[in-house]
Amino acid sequence: MSKSFKVRILRQADPNSGSHWETFNVDYEDGMNMTTVFQRIAADPVTTEKQPTVPVAFDSCCLEEVCGACTMVINGRVRQACSALVDALLEESPDAIEVRPMTKFPVVRDLVVDRHAMFESLKCVKAWVHVDGYYDLGAGPRLAPQVQEEAYPLSRCMTCGCCVEACPQFSDKTGFIGPAAISQAILFNLHPTGRVERDDRLGVLTGPGGIADCGNSQNCVKVCPKEIPLTDSIAKAGRDTTLYKLRQWFGR
Amino acid sequence: MANQQVVVVGGGLAGLAASMKLAEAGIHVALISMVPVKRSHSVCAQGGINSVNDYTRQQGDNEWKHFDDTVYGGDFLQHQPPVKEMCDWAPRVVDLLDRLGVPFNRTAEGFRDQRRFGGTLYKRTAFAGATTGQQMIYALDEQVRRWEAEGLVDKYEYWEFLGPIIDDRGDCRGVVAQDMFSMEIRSFPSDAVVLATGGNGLIFGRSTMSMICTGGAAARAYMAGVDYANGEFVQVHPTAIPGTDKLRLMSESARGEGGRVWVPRRPQDDRDPTSIPPGERYYFLEERYPAYGNLVPRDIATREIFDVCVTQGLSVESGRMCVYLDVSELPADTHKKLDGILEIYEKFQGADPRVVPMKIFPGVHYSMGGLWIDFEKNETTGGLVLGSTRNQHSNVPGLFVIGEADYQFHGGNRLGANSLLSCIFSGLIVAPSIENRLNSLANGAAADQAASMFEGAATIHQEQMDSLIKNQGDENPYTLQLELGDWMTRQCTVVRNNKDLAALLEKIEEFKSRFDRISLSDRSNWTNQNFSFARALGDMILMARVMAEGALKRDECRGAHFKPEFGIPAPDAQDPAELRRQAQAWCQAFKKKNEQWLKTTRARYTPQGPEFSYEEVDTSLIPPRPRTYGLTGAEIIGEVWAEMSRDASNEPPKAVASAAGGSSA
Ligand SMILES: Cc1cc2nc3c(=O)[nH]c(=O)nc-3n(C[C@H](O)[C@H](O)[C@H](O)COP(=O)(O)OP(=O)(O)OC[C@H]3O[C@@H](n4cnc5c(N)ncnc54)[C@H](O)[C@@H]3O)c2cc1C
Ligand code: SF4
Ligand code: SF4
Ligand code: FES
Repeated sequence: MSKSFKVRILRQADPNSGSHWETFNVDYEDGMNMTTVFQRIAADPVTTEKQPTVPVAFDSCCLEEVCGACTMVINGRVRQACSALVDALLEESPDAIEVRPMTKFPVVRDLVVDRHAMFESLKCVKAWVHVDGYYDLGAGPRLAPQVQEEAYPLSRCMTCGCCVEACPQFSDKTGFIGPAAISQAILFNLHPTGRVERDDRLGVLTGPGGIADCGNSQNCVKVCPKEIPLTDSIAKAGRDTTLYKLRQWFGR
Repeated sequence: MANQQVVVVGGGLAGLAASMKLAEAGIHVALISMVPVKRSHSVCAQGGINSVNDYTRQQGDNEWKHFDDTVYGGDFLQHQPPVKEMCDWAPRVVDLLDRLGVPFNRTAEGFRDQRRFGGTLYKRTAFAGATTGQQMIYALDEQVRRWEAEGLVDKYEYWEFLGPIIDDRGDCRGVVAQDMFSMEIRSFPSDAVVLATGGNGLIFGRSTMSMICTGGAAARAYMAGVDYANGEFVQVHPTAIPGTDKLRLMSESARGEGGRVWVPRRPQDDRDPTSIPPGERYYFLEERYPAYGNLVPRDIATREIFDVCVTQGLSVESGRMCVYLDVSELPADTHKKLDGILEIYEKFQGADPRVVPMKIFPGVHYSMGGLWIDFEKNETTGGLVLGSTRNQHSNVPGLFVIGEADYQFHGGNRLGANSLLSCIFSGLIVAPSIENRLNSLANGAAADQAASMFEGAATIHQEQMDSLIKNQGDENPYTLQLELGDWMTRQCTVVRNNKDLAALLEKIEEFKSRFDRISLSDRSNWTNQNFSFARALGDMILMARVMAEGALKRDECRGAHFKPEFGIPAPDAQDPAELRRQAQAWCQAFKKKNEQWLKTTRARYTPQGPEFSYEEVDTSLIPPRPRTYGLTGAEIIGEVWAEMSRDASNEPPKAVASAAGGSSA
């Protein structure tokens, strides 16, 4: 008597295989989210055609939308599986919930993709505060609450990849570092100690794959689950890089 | 020290702190983690991190009081020197995080803002919005990324630790790990190994912990000879949102602002809760504790909610245990104040708690127990000899343990906002200990050992994998884990008794034999999560036995371990003379209980099952005293205990503090 619903999943056994769709019937549970759906399928992996198959590979960790692991495209929209509730998804798409991996990263297996490139971009923009060392040197700089309030939202970026998935300019061919990394560069330029490496960061943003590649379509900001003001960061990066270039021309 | 390498397993707060501190000392680190380190479980911590600060200091607070609150909250089960050292370091740890750019909330004047947490009278807790753990792990992740760019750290993300490599002398010589994508298994020779692999909440099925918190890594170390200590001490948070896959924390502030806890008087009444008239609602906390109402201490709230659902069968739902936490009748401006936490509920439950009562249930939250480690006391300061190779060092030479994976800092019960502190502290102090060990390796470096030892170790794990993948049988790992979790939650969390624990142990034996008949639906050799999960299930069954048997053996109540059969009845007489007599009896019983049970449980692996021994606890700095918060007769017990201590020593006694029995966040 229990209700069930359909989930269509785009599957791929490994990076070298082609992909194919599989559909599953899943028993409905109150308050169910998509990570639960994958767990239930794993316990009894049989398609609607009664074909035995294997559990769906997917990334997850925190299950509360704070680690960024479980990003995928559900009903055509990139988001976290753990905070995607079945009730809402069925309202969007009553026949079947459709799930596929992100398209901007190489697929490892099924819904697992390799987002290594995003972490590499963080290296490029020196997304850290270069301190003298980890010995006790007293407190950090005093910081006005306004600065904290500006920094905190940017600092919540969980490198989930939603923004770059939605960005028309980002792909492994363009070399664009993407909105998340630009926003992190701005975050560390805000910090009184982080500022020391400001020009290095702006130099990267001025170079190939930097800020000039952004077409300002504003897709990124619409899909960010943490509501990070990415387009504000991009605008600021635009202004700061202009000033930076002027400084370079006039020998500072 | 050329060519020497340290392997750090786990990139949560503890593992990252250790990695950056080792790299700073010029030591090369291989950092192995199942998930990209930035996604480690530590991101879940919301509340904050404790330290004495300029503000509390002027209200009379100091490091000693933080230390005292911590051991009192832990029911005196932790060795005191490491805890003292940690509390002394706390202000420096928070300063360091501040320098690294953690966006702590600020006061108008630009100082760090502080809040108050359970188990103390002072505002010791620094916080960064509602995501302190996330902000802290990001700061450390960034530092480690810098060292990675400089070539001192190599990250092995999506690699799973399978076990330590231990030579004929019993020294740890490295680890075996597996690439979770390609499934390649290989050895990592190293001169010291640090395990920072976190807690094991998944043994209880659903908990407030993350998917990686199986405790598999600790189990593998245990099987290789590292002792496991205080496994029976598991912290349960009273109010979590029972999701289908996870229990998500619901902050205590919902009750603080007037939220009421209730169940329908008729079991599993399926009416819309808002239509159930007040007379048919059972506000059990208010009825049972008229004085405290819904704001009883956390451990009591946890026990009562558990009792109503498990013992009395009054759970709101039949398939799932939960009670109502109702803020729907509170005024709109109160809702506004609670916005942050109400949104979490709304996001994951799809229901608006401003309109319908929330469904909540206690959730397993923190593992106080963990791998056994040593320390060296500094006789002058009472703290630690920093840099001693004994600190954070397990009983297997060369293998160190830090963070939630060790057992050291929280005794029988962890205070809220103390865990982020212990994770980073243990990560920072393990580095100089390792440096000193590397400088004095008695039996040569790992690089000088025979290659066959490293190959052999990898082969053993490869064979184990092959045999599990091929295994044929009628058992499904996912359903077995659900059953294990269900049994552990019912019999081995909030309220324990020996009959149930004995039954649980029998059941665990059954799970063990059923595990031998497990069959995988995925036998492939590429990113096989089915296999990885099944292997961890074997580990969870192993550790479930250690926890359950430890709980069965410990015949007392202490901290989170509550066994009413062995409770000491509280003094409740009306007549003052009789009350005093009862209090004296209580204190005598308490003293006797400490003589027998104020001991660390130490479990050693044998193929037949754990071998238990009990070890004295170092209470050389603060004499144990009754933890009486919320107990009837607390006052008279305090008086009598003070008299007894005075008679025993002649020193002026310490008053029994009345701070809240600390808990968690
Ligand atoms: C919901 C919630 C809220 C909390 N809030 C607070 C708070 O406000 N204040 C506070 O002080 N504490 C809080 N805590 C507790 C605190 O968050 C944890 O105790 C702490 O983060 C643990 O950190 P860790 O570094 O020891 O391990 P974790 O962060 O758990 O990291 C473990 C690491 O080990 C790796 N690992 C595990 N097994 C393996 C393996 N087999 N092979 C390879 N790698 C492996 C993982 O990939 C991960 O990198 C909270 C806990 C929860 C659940
Ligand atoms: S605004 Fe720029 S970064 Fe954002 S989606 Fe558009 S092109 Fe991409
Ligand atoms: S900016 Fe937002 S969408 Fe982009 S990675 Fe960060 S959290 Fe995800
Ligand atoms: S599992 Fe962490 S964001 Fe979904």
